Amino acid sequence: MSKITNEELLNSIKGRFDSDVTHISEPFGLLTLETSREKIIDLLTFLKTDAALQFIYLTDITAIHYPETEKPIGIIYHLHSLVNNVRIRIKVFVADGDVKMPTATTLWNGANWMERETYDLFGVVFEGHPDLRRILNVDDMTVFPMRKEYPLEDPNRVDKRDYFFGR
Amino acid sequence: MSEIQIVEAPPGVEGAGFFATSLDKAIGLARSYSLWPLPFATSCCGIEFMATMASTYDLSRFGAERLSFSPRQADLLMVMGTISKKMGPVLRQVYLQMAEPRWVLAMGACASSGGIFDTYSVLQGIDEIIPVDVYIPGCPPRPEAVIDGFMQIQKLVQTESLRRRDSPEYQKLLASYGIQ
Repeated sequence: MSKITNEELLNSIKGRFDSDVTHISEPFGLLTLETSREKIIDLLTFLKTDAALQFIYLTDITAIHYPETEKPIGIIYHLHSLVNNVRIRIKVFVADGDVKMPTATTLWNGANWMERETYDLFGVVFEGHPDLRRILNVDDMTVFPMRKEYPLEDPNRVDKRDYFFGR
Repeated sequence: MSEIQIVEAPPGVEGAGFFATSLDKAIGLARSYSLWPLPFATSCCGIEFMATMASTYDLSRFGAERLSFSPRQADLLMVMGTISKKMGPVLRQVYLQMAEPRWVLAMGACASSGGIFDTYSVLQGIDEIIPVDVYIPGCPPRPEAVIDGFMQIQKLVQTESLRRRDSPEYQKLLASYGIQ
């Protein structure tokens, strides 16, 4: 059992970031909220350094792409308070053509590779990152493959061509 | 009566105290039963290859007992498993470091065609970067299939002309892969 409830957690966040956190929900009991690019580092710093909360562990940084929305790229942070055994998920949505985020490597060294992966797959530019280059894909790749406008399949595949199936 | 079988002699002319055959048949015979494979195992096909090497299936019966983990000494490159695009240049370099004559065996769906991984990060068959002699289908293939594929390689080795590697066709094949 977690030592603090989602309600207490949300109240202490609201105390500092009242109107800066929106879209609050609890899917499967995981407190999820949205904030802005300007406030994200402040919020992460608060969660990490607050004496009662102590979200000292950065579980993951990833991203998501909803091409039909106004702000299509979402950057998602998962934090874990090992002391209180509670987790939180924070999302920041940014507009196309302005896919930038301040780096979290100033708070966690472990954010380094997570941000490189998010850059590699979604093209999110983390400003202030010490070494932002591709980590999983080949260096000369020109696309960000997890974005919806790029096809998932490899164009060189020959054995799935229509004429093999009489189409 | 011994149960040990030794390999049959190639066709040739036999008489009292002599046996004559062509040099490439004799060399092909010797090569085919002493192939040194280089296992390039990246995923589950590699596990199946380990079973093939172990006592139940025992690939050493075919003279392939000595695995070479140095490409310089290997005759046969056995590529087993998914090759991602990032691994592609590594595999290519291993192939380039092998001395002629060299053979390549692609084991399993992934090495042959990309398999289920029809995706941006996976090489759609190793024949995009290096020439392949024998493809073994299966996901993964059973050890029997690996042995069958290996015997196909042996057949190629036995019947290969000694001058094949100098032929313009072979040079053209290598050139189409940008080698040499």
